Amino acid sequence: MKIRALMLAAALAGLGVTAVTAADEPQAVRQQLMKKVGKATGELSGIAKGEKPYDAEIVKASLATISETVKAFPDHFPAGSETGMETEASPKIWENMEDFKEKAAKLGGDAEKILAELPVDQAGVGAALGILGKDCSSCHETYRLKKN
Amino acid sequence: MGRRARYLFSGLLLLVVAGGSLAWWLTKPDRWEAAHWEGLGEADLANGERIFWAGGCVSCHAAPGVKDDQRLVLAGGRTLKSPFGTFYPPNISPDETVGIGNWTLAEFGDAMTRGVGKDGEHLYPSFPYGSYIRMTAKDVNDLWGFMQTLPKSGNVTPPHELAFPYNVRLALGAWKLLYLSDEPRTQVNTADTKLARGQYLVEGPGHCGECHTPRDALGGFEEGRWLAGAPNPEGEGRIPDITPSSKSIGGWSASDIASYLETGFTPDFDTVGGSMVEVQKNMAELPASDRDAIAAYLKALPAL
Repeated sequence: MKIRALMLAAALAGLGVTAVTAADEPQAVRQQLMKKVGKATGELSGIAKGEKPYDAEIVKASLATISETVKAFPDHFPAGSETGMETEASPKIWENMEDFKEKAAKLGGDAEKILAELPVDQAGVGAALGILGKDCSSCHETYRLKKN
Repeated sequence: MGRRARYLFSGLLLLVVAGGSLAWWLTKPDRWEAAHWEGLGEADLANGERIFWAGGCVSCHAAPGVKDDQRLVLAGGRTLKSPFGTFYPPNISPDETVGIGNWTLAEFGDAMTRGVGKDGEHLYPSFPYGSYIRMTAKDVNDLWGFMQTLPKSGNVTPPHELAFPYNVRLALGAWKLLYLSDEPRTQVNTADTKLARGQYLVEGPGHCGECHTPRDALGGFEEGRWLAGAPNPEGEGRIPDITPSSKSIGGWSASDIASYLETGFTPDFDTVGGSMVEVQKNMAELPASDRDAIAAYLKALPAL
């Protein structure tokens, strides 16, 4: 009985350890970063579509989040993280790492520039979203694979 | 050789010739009768441009990596990888020598909707005439008119690189016999003009099924799997299921779909990726009513 309990405890502990490491894996980290960018984009889109009132603080915070997050994004593609954990990263990232980094930097730079100018109304946010969205898709075009 | 043997031999020969002729006749390039392309009048250039964007000509026929106005130069030069080999979409700019500037409307129309080239040869279905066959003669005429207004290019593209037996153009006649049809891909309520328009755009000029429908070993669409998603012909990953049964986009509303086609953003603020990036740019050029019609049609597809 005791042995069983011990084994169970060990198994549970093992599960816990796996869960912790899984969240730290680069594949999981970059998925989280992209979700963060998506969430910030969603805030901007709500304003652009007129579903939410224009709020300068939200616009600032969202643009800052996008800029900061995406600048750190390419740091999470070390060798060995090409596959696994349902990654949608294309092998082309590792073949053209410089171009991949440039594309991320383009989005980061554009978000920073827009933040400095700060769109002042709904239409301004819409125009900003158009620029940022093109940056997103120009990278997803080559470097993101859909699996389902 | 005895008399009987001679009879037998001649009989066999006759059979082979008859069989061969029948096969040739069944699979020969089949143009429209000339009248199909007559009396269409002046092209409506605005409609021609609309069809041009719906048809996605740019996605395959613009030079690789070009942006903005340069996308209107249909110089060719991209590669289209497939399990059968590599296709090189040709120069279809109005250049008279290396483009299609000296083609007639009938020649252009037969290529678009019959898969027959200028010299009467079968074209490969990598050029999606299996979808374009559903296009009206008026839309083809308007499109042809619009394409004449585009810039010329002197670019010469290489011939397709295909392995045997796929390099035998004659065999494409058999492929057409098996798969080429202008029947609707699925049943929707066509009394609803929006759904009818959506069906026309998706099944015809939009040629969505060419990537989103899985193919059998001979490159025809699998039965009962219309728009159900398929392996990416160009490598890893998948082209998604876009029916209401889809795990990824089945839950999108019609306005989510229309908005995605317009802006490239998904409802959860991911963006368009892969070869759909080019498609979305084209869809963004359409009037909102066309994107709404496409969305309505996709939502109306029967569940799988």
